Amino acid sequence: MVETDILIVGAGPCGLFTVFEAGLIKLRCHLVDALPMPGGQLTEIYPKKPIYDIPGFPEILAGDLVDNLMKQIEPFKPGFTLGERAETIEKMEDGRYKLTTSRGTEHAAPVIAIAGGLGCFEPRKPPITNIADFEDKGVEYIIRDPEFYRDKKVVIAGGGDSALDWTIFLANVASEVSLVHRRTSFRGALDSVEKVMELAEAGKINLITDAQIVGLNGDDNLSEVVIKHKTEGEMSKTCDHFVPLFGLSPKLGPLADWGLNITKNAIDVDTLDYSTNVEGIYAIGDINNYEGKMKLILCGFHEATIMVQSAFKYIYPDAKLSFKYTTVNGVQGFEKAKA
Amino acid sequence: MADIKITVIDREGLKHELEAPTDMNLNLMELCKASELPVLGTCGGMALCSTCHVYVKSDHELPEMSEDEEAILDQAFFVEDDESRLGCQLHLSDDMDGLVVELAPDGA
Repeated sequence: MVETDILIVGAGPCGLFTVFEAGLIKLRCHLVDALPMPGGQLTEIYPKKPIYDIPGFPEILAGDLVDNLMKQIEPFKPGFTLGERAETIEKMEDGRYKLTTSRGTEHAAPVIAIAGGLGCFEPRKPPITNIADFEDKGVEYIIRDPEFYRDKKVVIAGGGDSALDWTIFLANVASEVSLVHRRTSFRGALDSVEKVMELAEAGKINLITDAQIVGLNGDDNLSEVVIKHKTEGEMSKTCDHFVPLFGLSPKLGPLADWGLNITKNAIDVDTLDYSTNVEGIYAIGDINNYEGKMKLILCGFHEATIMVQSAFKYIYPDAKLSFKYTTVNGVQGFEKAKA
Repeated sequence: MADIKITVIDREGLKHELEAPTDMNLNLMELCKASELPVLGTCGGMALCSTCHVYVKSDHELPEMSEDEEAILDQAFFVEDDESRLGCQLHLSDDMDGLVVELAPDGA
């Protein structure tokens, strides 16, 4: 079990800077993020975009800001659990929280700081009324192991790179592959588009364009999809699997079930210290909500700074905390990472 | 120029007549949010989430779609080829006066 003082959910800029402010008052931090790299959106979505409103930086690339933050927090030896989504929390007998990730990694800390930004990126689910009934019974939103589809009849939907790439790959694995796309043109890489066209002409896949999946049928497991064509109307197609590949969309994810008060996809906090309605759990940065909230990195930095003071008092109710400027005191890091 | 008028039809079919300044660099998603309409704008306007998907109902000439906007609409649901746009990519300008849009269904 990973043990720390503040367990930070989300390794974006706000989560990273929390490590610095916590470190100044001798609190250790460990970060958990569903993405494989620290930096959150800045790394994942816009590393090469300039940001103009970081105080003291007239212009800085998002990726560089993340690199700088990593350097700034290095003295405080933060721990990382990356590529794993924070799934569940439970309060332990000693009053600390136990947080378990999607891969089962367990963490324990008295304080949890949620710095989850937009939330987790999850596959978009097409609006088919009974789709939830067939999840893992023939409907998969992510292809984990292509062998799973060997000698099966597969219908893929979507027009982007992943739909094209998997159609090409599964053409040699599955017994039958059909690609259904809403339009006739595809937006994926040109050579993938050409390859798909070739496979279709050679009769190795079924290419069904100007069409969408509008229904799913089956007793327990999926047995057919209903395809609605723009001009030819509805037809059904027998299949074992339906794989909709419509990209990712940010969702609040499992932390929506942690008992926190949530308004419009954001966690309500008290601006006194950015605490949530649950004792020992704070929310900072883009994921929180309060009157006058500005979703800016610089506001997240401020929130992190205020929040760790409150976390300190929560962890050590009897200890006195004296405030010191870094200009006076320097940055006194930790010698070693926590074992 | 004075404020422009934009009509937003919500998901219940109710019409909201909004007035908007064009000198504040606002986009349609921001205008809808500021007007308390049920538009999430989850990604903050980076053409990333399609929660501000609208159908353009008037025949205004609108700016061309960027690659990012096309890519996200290609993966969105309930898309109508001639009408679908992302509100966050429509920066309010004087020539949008009288624009009529309808909010696309939830489920982005």
